[in-house]
Amino acid sequence: MTKRLLEFGVFALAAVALALGPAAAQTLDKIKQRGEIVVGSKADYKPFGFRDPSGKIVGFEPDMAEDVAKKLGVKLVLEPVVSSNRMQFLQQGKIDLMIATMNDKPDRRQVVGIIEPLYYASGVNVLSAKKAGLKNWEQLKGKKVCGIQGAWYNKPVAEKYGAEFLNFVGQAETETALLQGNCVGWVYDDTAFAERLADAKWKDFEMSLPTIMEEPWGLAVRLEERDGPWGKFMSQMIQDWHRTGRLIELEKKWKIPASAYLKKMHEEAKKAKS
Amino acid sequence: MDFTPLWDWFRWLHGATGIKLTIFYDSFDRWRFFNGFLTSVRLQAICLVLSVAVGVVGAWLQGARARPLRWAVQGYIQIFRNTPPLVQLYFFYFALGYYLSVEGEAGLRTALIGNFTWAVICLSLYAGAFNVEIFRAGIEAVPKETVEAAEALGYSRLRAYVFIVLPLAFRISLPALNNNLVNLVKTTTISYAIAVPEMLYVANQIWSDEVNVPEMMNVLLVIYVSLVGVVVYAMNKWERALRVPGYVS
Repeated sequence: MTKRLLEFGVFALAAVALALGPAAAQTLDKIKQRGEIVVGSKADYKPFGFRDPSGKIVGFEPDMAEDVAKKLGVKLVLEPVVSSNRMQFLQQGKIDLMIATMNDKPDRRQVVGIIEPLYYASGVNVLSAKKAGLKNWEQLKGKKVCGIQGAWYNKPVAEKYGAEFLNFVGQAETETALLQGNCVGWVYDDTAFAERLADAKWKDFEMSLPTIMEEPWGLAVRLEERDGPWGKFMSQMIQDWHRTGRLIELEKKWKIPASAYLKKMHEEAKKAKS
Repeated sequence: MDFTPLWDWFRWLHGATGIKLTIFYDSFDRWRFFNGFLTSVRLQAICLVLSVAVGVVGAWLQGARARPLRWAVQGYIQIFRNTPPLVQLYFFYFALGYYLSVEGEAGLRTALIGNFTWAVICLSLYAGAFNVEIFRAGIEAVPKETVEAAEALGYSRLRAYVFIVLPLAFRISLPALNNNLVNLVKTTTISYAIAVPEMLYVANQIWSDEVNVPEMMNVLLVIYVSLVGVVVYAMNKWERALRVPGYVS
């Protein structure tokens, strides 16, 4: 039954792609013809996409959009989107490209054309005192760790590694509890820690475990254009970003903690080229 | 005993009606919720006993001859009665806790007092402050003549308090005490703010993971109504057992 459904799905998709293919393939031409590209970006997600004091949308992702516009030699128009409308905007043709901190999820792949390779990721890590000497996740068994109430990975980490969670409402309480020695470490987004580690207050702390449960972010074009010229163009664009280290550069520019994912992608892209 | 058929029934219930009670069929959730229940009951029982003890001792100290002692008790009552219990809990855990951590094993900073102990200390003192006043009311209702009679019979102040005043005062105080203890049972839920894994805390974890807020809210409602029911029932029984015919109606 599942197989038949799947076959039907593939067939239906192919049919849709065939029907819309010729018209949609023109997005790239349309952009060039119009002389401008409309990119959907977040305007409330600092520092990935937010408004500066003058009201202009700036950030990590708007800079990526700027690169695309430059490469095409057209003017950039940024359209603010939110999570609940970003995919619809793309489907309706309100935007040509969506770079809006979107996690790559199987159900989303059914709706929009998520371009490979993916461009960013955040994962789960532990901030702990250097003296605690954490080397692997298994060491957390039976130990008390601090966390944020409601984080989706608390349960899997507790189940898999047997850590005992002390979860607090906000980051400030969790930080205090950790500093006072109520837990050996704090399990949270790795991106949130790297920023802290740059601070002298945290000089006795480290993030020594390998990042787990990494959730990659993908940018998207209309589903039917994923394998067309526009999708291919964007795929090449991302590969170049990874190869040249441009994304790592942008990360530094926006003071985003260095992500292990970007480093890995950069090294892999360099290797593939040489 | 094998409960598997029961757990399976709840799994079926989810499939059939969408009522998602993972605390029955997900072994991890079941384990943590059961522990949460035990933690809640343990916290409540310890705080009930300690707060009554604080009340009894405090009420006696209120009648002490030494003025500084009376002032100390009065100060304690005012501070604990006039500030929100959540603020007290935060103060104990995050402010006092800061000064009560030491360099422990391998030079790691370790907290001397854990969150459960802080919750016990804070809630017992909080409810205890009310209990002192409740017992004072009872003590003042004991006729002066009775105390004088005890003195005439050679009772010291402490012995008169323990054997004559307190037993009578207790009977008068019971309805008010009952109220305060019910309140205490419910107030233990605030200890979720300092991550004591009691029921509300665990329920919060479960509904964030499973997105079953209405189900867990109803489970909490049922359990708390039952727990408070048990306390009220026991207190009423006690009240009846202690009744002195013709003394307090």
